[in-house]
Amino acid sequence: MRWSAAEIRCLPTPQTLPGDPETSSLSAPRDGPPSSVSRLLDKRLIFVTGKGGVGKSTVATALGLVGARSGLRTIVVELAAQDRVRRTLAEAEAEGDGEGGERPVPLVEHELAPGLFTISIDPQHAMDEYLRIKVGPIGHALGSSKLFQAFAMATPGMRELLTMGKVWELAQLQRRTRGAAPYDLVVVDAPSSGHGVGILRTPRTFAEIARVGPIAHQGRAIAATIADPEVTAVIAVATPEEMPVNEALMLRDALASEGLSLHDVIVNAVYPSRFDDDELTQLREAAEDADSPLARAAIRAALSECARAANQNHQLARLAAGLDRRLIELPFLFADHLDRPELERLADRLGAGLAGQGHKQQPRRVPAEELT
Amino acid sequence: MSIADLLEGKRICVCSGCGGVGKTTTSAAIALGMAAEGAKVAVVTIDPARRLANALGLEELGNEPRLVEPDRLRSGGLKVRGELWAMMLDPKRTFDELIERLAPDPDSAKEILANRVYRELSTAVAGSQEFTAVSKLYELDKEYDFDLLVLDTPPSRNALDFLDAPGRLTSFLEGRMLKTFVRPTGFGMRILGRGSGVLGAALQRVTGVDLLADLSTFFRLLGGMTEDFRVRAAEVEKMLTASTTAFLLVTSPQREPIDEAIWFRRTLRESGLPFAGVIVNRVHHDILGASPRSDVIESLQAGLTDQLAARVAENFHDYHVLARSDELNIARLAPDDDGRPLMLVPHLDDDVHDVEGLLRVHRYLFASEAERKRMIAQVVA
Repeated sequence: MRWSAAEIRCLPTPQTLPGDPETSSLSAPRDGPPSSVSRLLDKRLIFVTGKGGVGKSTVATALGLVGARSGLRTIVVELAAQDRVRRTLAEAEAEGDGEGGERPVPLVEHELAPGLFTISIDPQHAMDEYLRIKVGPIGHALGSSKLFQAFAMATPGMRELLTMGKVWELAQLQRRTRGAAPYDLVVVDAPSSGHGVGILRTPRTFAEIARVGPIAHQGRAIAATIADPEVTAVIAVATPEEMPVNEALMLRDALASEGLSLHDVIVNAVYPSRFDDDELTQLREAAEDADSPLARAAIRAALSECARAANQNHQLARLAAGLDRRLIELPFLFADHLDRPELERLADRLGAGLAGQGHKQQPRRVPAEELT
Repeated sequence: MSIADLLEGKRICVCSGCGGVGKTTTSAAIALGMAAEGAKVAVVTIDPARRLANALGLEELGNEPRLVEPDRLRSGGLKVRGELWAMMLDPKRTFDELIERLAPDPDSAKEILANRVYRELSTAVAGSQEFTAVSKLYELDKEYDFDLLVLDTPPSRNALDFLDAPGRLTSFLEGRMLKTFVRPTGFGMRILGRGSGVLGAALQRVTGVDLLADLSTFFRLLGGMTEDFRVRAAEVEKMLTASTTAFLLVTSPQREPIDEAIWFRRTLRESGLPFAGVIVNRVHHDILGASPRSDVIESLQAGLTDQLAARVAENFHDYHVLARSDELNIARLAPDDDGRPLMLVPHLDDDVHDVEGLLRVHRYLFASEAERKRMIAQVVA
């Protein structure tokens, strides 16, 4: 991908993102009624997944921006199980770049801008918090027992369950965390497809294995929330390339076997259609006659982009044919890194796409009744 | 230096890198190229694109390598003097096989395979997928007579999972916690038995008794195999650190994959693993450098309308932005360089997921440095 998740995390720090309330587009429609145009934003919990490298974090952040702009109290959740943040931090420290830098404190809901929060969940802290809330003083004793800690962290799937437990807690209308206000929208930057489905399934698996007892109870509650289409949506991010498209299609099937459905597919990094067929012909002819290296290189670059855009269109058509879902397209950004203006632009497009405007509908080559 | 020079005398080639950088394609292209040179090569991959799986005849595959029919490769016009074998790794099945192999007796194996915690959650054990992948590699190395094995590493949450896996799995099994837990008089047994203490009561209160029983069985069974896992992990580590093994880092030229590659290269070196080189896929090359938009438009005016020329210039400008960004990112890979090659594969116009595509990537990887430069210049201008 062209955008680094690490950059996105670095850029909208509290120092830079809120900016001037007058100019911040985030703060604009706070008072109006929440936008009713998008069904996706009617959910309280959205999981963003897809193949590695397609820009999940970018899309999750942009979706958070869209939510906050619509007046929803929104939180973007990063799962520390992905280890990226920890490593980024470790590197920053190693380079002596620690002074004044923002260190995401685990489980702290951090306000980036009016109405937009972020949190990084790690299983260890999630467990401490859970035990404190659920079991009280005994829980506290358990939590500080090294033996118990090791037991819990070694239990397969426990890290995922604890993480999902905290995600679930964030999405509750009545928060368990003392003094915490509820969120209208929780956007989870979930692991890539395979792990993503795994983490969604974990609560149910625990509920089934444990049968009775608190973990079974908790697992069932989380699983019920995930399975409730009124509350929860899973969206896939893909780039219009063979593998990401395959993964999006496989994700749909994997979700279906869990009784879940794919709410939306967001296709990221779509090339512009700069040249039509006539122009393509003209460019090919001009390529033959071009006499300067500069002209040749420029035409060559244009023909390359045409070829890539054509491949992308093919993949888009394949994805559209394979899915009974609308595709929301986000443009390829010709930028060396993703800064706030680019994120805002993506949020504009994403918001419009969710509202069913401003995105090119791909031709559906397969009649709807043939789609399964 | 070409890949063929780099892999001269190697038995194992591990391709590592984060998701979405073309690792599977690169692994397959390397295996194909080495087979063309006359070697008997197997590529072990996790989840190839359907077209690639089709092309290699992987659809009907079991969990063992299979010879790719020479006919399938012939279409691309590459003469393969050796043999190309391919296998698609099924992590769950490989883990099951590993349990069967390492369990002290068939009954223990049966018991663990039937345990609900194992069945439902074993793939969630940190590092288990990665461990099974290298473990499979070890078995292939021992049981078959391949000249070279190419491993396309699993799509880890991060690349370290793969390196850490053998150690992590055994330290988990060897850990004091597990020992205490599974000992007949240990913590777990005490909880399950009568007269458990405050801690036991609390644990039961948190987990529920059924889950605790299943977990206890799981830990006890797996704990009984600790020594076998440890032996296997030590053998795998010996294989990975041998001078006949080469780790190739695969990346794309965007900032985050490059960060990952820099960090991974450092980790490889610190772990004493044989780092062999970096392959950067999908590079936007910039031969001519920046040109003012007006110059570009002027150069095009003979053949194109002003309006079209302006858009071509706009596109060229955008391309240049990407090329410059790639160049800066790739430059960050250089400072740590100790003579290990950095191979660039240009951003090809097609999505590469079939034999023809493999051949296009193969041409770059198996070219000499001079040839590669020439080919890139041709692509660009």
